[in-house]
Amino acid sequence: MSSRDTVLASVRRGLGVTGNEAARRAAVQERLARHARGLIPARGQLPPEERIALFRNMVAAAAGTTTRVAIAADVPKEVAALLRTLNLPQAMRRGDDPRLAAMPWAEQKALTVSTGASDGSDLAGVSHAFGAIAESGTLMLLSGPDNPTTLNFLPDTHIVVISAEDIAGDYESLWTRLRERYGAGAMPRVVNLITGPSRSADIGQTLILGAHGPRRLHVIVVGSATGGNPPSFRRVNSRVIARNRS
Amino acid sequence: MTTATSQRFKENARAALADAQLQRAIGDAGGGFVLRRQEAAGKLPEFDALRDSAQAIKEHTLRHLDLYLEAYEERVTAQGGHVHYAVNAEEARAIVLDLCRKAGARSVTKGKSMVSEEMELNAFLEQNGIAAVETDLGEYIIQIRHEAPSHIIAPAIHVTKEQVQADFRRVHTHLPADRNLDESTTMLTEARNILREKFLTADVGITGANFLVAETGSSIIVTNEGNGDLTQTLPKMHIVLATIEKLVPTLEDVSQLLRVLARSATGQEMSVYTTLSTGPRRPGDPDGPAEYHVVLLDNGRSAMLGSPFQDMLRCIRCGACMNHCPVYNAVGGHAYGFVYPGPMGSVLTPAIIGIENAKHLPNASTFCGRCEEVCPVRIPLPRMLRAWREREFERHLSPATVRSGLALWSFFAKRPKLYSFATNIAAQMLSALGKRGRFRRLPLASGWTRHRDLPAPQGATFQAQWKARSRP
Amino acid sequence: MAEPGKRVGLFVTCLVDLIRPSVGFAAVKLLQDAGCTVEVPLQSCCGQPAFNSGDRRTTRAIAEQVIAAFEPYDYVVAPSGSCAGMLKTHYPELFEGDAAWSERVDGFCGKTFELVSFLTDVLRVTRVGARFDGTVTYHDSCSGLRELGIRAQPRRLLAGVDGLELKEMTDADVCCGFGGTFCVKYPDISNAIVAKKTECIAASGADTLLAGDLGCLMNMAGKLQREGRSIKARHVAEVLAGMTDVPAIGEPQR
Repeated sequence: MSSRDTVLASVRRGLGVTGNEAARRAAVQERLARHARGLIPARGQLPPEERIALFRNMVAAAAGTTTRVAIAADVPKEVAALLRTLNLPQAMRRGDDPRLAAMPWAEQKALTVSTGASDGSDLAGVSHAFGAIAESGTLMLLSGPDNPTTLNFLPDTHIVVISAEDIAGDYESLWTRLRERYGAGAMPRVVNLITGPSRSADIGQTLILGAHGPRRLHVIVVGSATGGNPPSFRRVNSRVIARNRS
Repeated sequence: MTTATSQRFKENARAALADAQLQRAIGDAGGGFVLRRQEAAGKLPEFDALRDSAQAIKEHTLRHLDLYLEAYEERVTAQGGHVHYAVNAEEARAIVLDLCRKAGARSVTKGKSMVSEEMELNAFLEQNGIAAVETDLGEYIIQIRHEAPSHIIAPAIHVTKEQVQADFRRVHTHLPADRNLDESTTMLTEARNILREKFLTADVGITGANFLVAETGSSIIVTNEGNGDLTQTLPKMHIVLATIEKLVPTLEDVSQLLRVLARSATGQEMSVYTTLSTGPRRPGDPDGPAEYHVVLLDNGRSAMLGSPFQDMLRCIRCGACMNHCPVYNAVGGHAYGFVYPGPMGSVLTPAIIGIENAKHLPNASTFCGRCEEVCPVRIPLPRMLRAWREREFERHLSPATVRSGLALWSFFAKRPKLYSFATNIAAQMLSALGKRGRFRRLPLASGWTRHRDLPAPQGATFQAQWKARSRP
Repeated sequence: MAEPGKRVGLFVTCLVDLIRPSVGFAAVKLLQDAGCTVEVPLQSCCGQPAFNSGDRRTTRAIAEQVIAAFEPYDYVVAPSGSCAGMLKTHYPELFEGDAAWSERVDGFCGKTFELVSFLTDVLRVTRVGARFDGTVTYHDSCSGLRELGIRAQPRRLLAGVDGLELKEMTDADVCCGFGGTFCVKYPDISNAIVAKKTECIAASGADTLLAGDLGCLMNMAGKLQREGRSIKARHVAEVLAGMTDVPAIGEPQR
């Protein structure tokens, strides 16, 4: 009998079941298929503009910083300005995310832009977030060719671009979007939920930023909350909000 | 390292109480977590309702654990990962060693994993020629001190800043001996630089898992430092160590639990890094491990199902119970002699290593109930501590003196008439002896009078006086 | 809501019975002043020492006696959150699944109360006519607080005592380290806990310590005295009943 069989048998013995009971199987299938939402705090259900304000406040509360620009084309200028303010070299690395690639980086003549995964020598990395959660000031970044995971952790300063309309109120809206992109039960290799810069309080219980991940997290919010054609996730979001309120 | 010393709890506790440096360290730490949890809970009106939701999710999952394990395994495998079951720690260690050997590993980086401590993995790997480097700063500190963790969230909470300075000087000999380490930021940077090198050169990265999601086959780690993420992203193999009760059905379900976890643990809304990992790198991924393995360890968990201790399997390892425990705050985590200290440790440890090896743990509690009050998944900890005491009583594991004292008391307590007669005599006798109103010393009560005076009875018992007054 | 004239069976508690009967008489006075008739059936203990030592059989035997002894009364009132908590919240555990006893146990638990909360919550007493000149601080005993929700009630009644000033201590709701058999099984740990508590008591600036549980009070009073502090300890019932001419806990009889 394999260890797997031994463990499962022991679990079944403890629960007093055989594992073949139809009702139990149905209950599990149903829960997995429905993935029903639980309780979503009121704070996670604000209308779009308030959501963005809350998101920025929560990022700040987690020791991150944010700025807002009107259009995506303003991002390279914003990044160059930020690096100057922080007294960092005009150099950064980004992934192949098409939204980042489409930005006019070349206009920032002094800025050296590298692409691809980080080997640890970069001082600044730029990623584009898949979405964000206003409820806790959290960014959601997905692994993939567009946004290397190493860029989220190795550079000293991490700059994350997020479209205002992609800032959801709660986590649940983003799980829905994720399922729309990858299909039911499938995931990218990694989903990073990031809330502020890295920290530790392990030395004498004093909180210090910059443990192993980035010392600094800066978020650039692009555009307006209701910009352009509303993406499908927002329709789902408002349906759920309506359902939760009734 | 974590070969249990729970049977020496009393001696451990005595040493802890006499250790001035330890008392200073845990004294400074104690109030912080309590206050921050209170603030975080206060800022979220839905906090208590979320605890109910979290409890319900865990209860449902445990009742269907076999099926969720199967569903989880299917999803992991479908996305290119591998699941390995281990009945006990020995099997789990062998699986990890085998995987490391297959990867040709000379060094392994580790994210903070209490399960790996439970398995005593590091010593085993070292014995087999593989260097295991702890990368969580707290775990790194205790590794260089050759100590076990004393808290499940803050493993080095028992270490003062001065002690860290001394340890860094002792171990980081490549750096100038007279360098200034007054600032904690300096020490953090020093550790960061040393460990950055280890991250980049490790062949295998081993992490734990706060949760395993059945719907997607994902493992979740919840950290603040980013070390767990570097541990699992940079090497060519990622091994996840998890016990079977970490299962949660869906992403929505895990969101309920995440909303109460960080708030209960450190008072943060969310930890800095909450990471969901699913399988190895995909075609086109610029980084990530080529192999992803999950070791699912039982080690006594399945035996808790259908027992009075089933509810303990709801635990999400937030540490709130020990933060609020007067006993833990007095003696620290090492006194408990095993990976899991405080209230949750006192319930879980006997289930893992046997009650006969952890007799003191369920008894070293005042049943103040603060643990249950703050538990995010509402585990009835005092009730389960009492259930262990019942088992000890049935198996005659309590000391003979305690048992006979209890038997004597029970004889009288079951006979109220005899009881009131005897207590009246005793009360009047002691009252006569205790003319100054209290005893500084009293035979048979030395446990009390060692540190406190003992108030003397006023005179005849209440019942005797009442009877006398009621006589016409 | 109780009508005056209801019969109360007083559950004295073994510590009050043995060590400090004046608490029992204070309880009687408070209940009689609120219009109850009070009787004291023959009793020994609620069984908590056996319960917390894992001896369920003995606990059950004691519980059956207690329930039977107190059956004739409209209410069962105890001047202790710990004992009342045992009677009210833990007795049902002893009879789980026992159909023969379930109605009797439910009836018993439904009519059992801790003293101060009985006065405020059931008898709707808002003010006791007592006087106490001095500053007091109040310790929230764990069982009373967490099993029975007692926190506001004693403070409400103390607020109406003429001459009394209440000064809250920090960590009033943190355990004092008594824990029944805990304090004699693990005396050094208990001592460390009570030492923190006496620091808080002293820092409050009060000259009298009050609580609703004699076990906690004996523990804290004993430590205060060993430390040579002048703070006196009394049971809250004694202050509420205006019966403070009795020496404080651990003080010599005159």
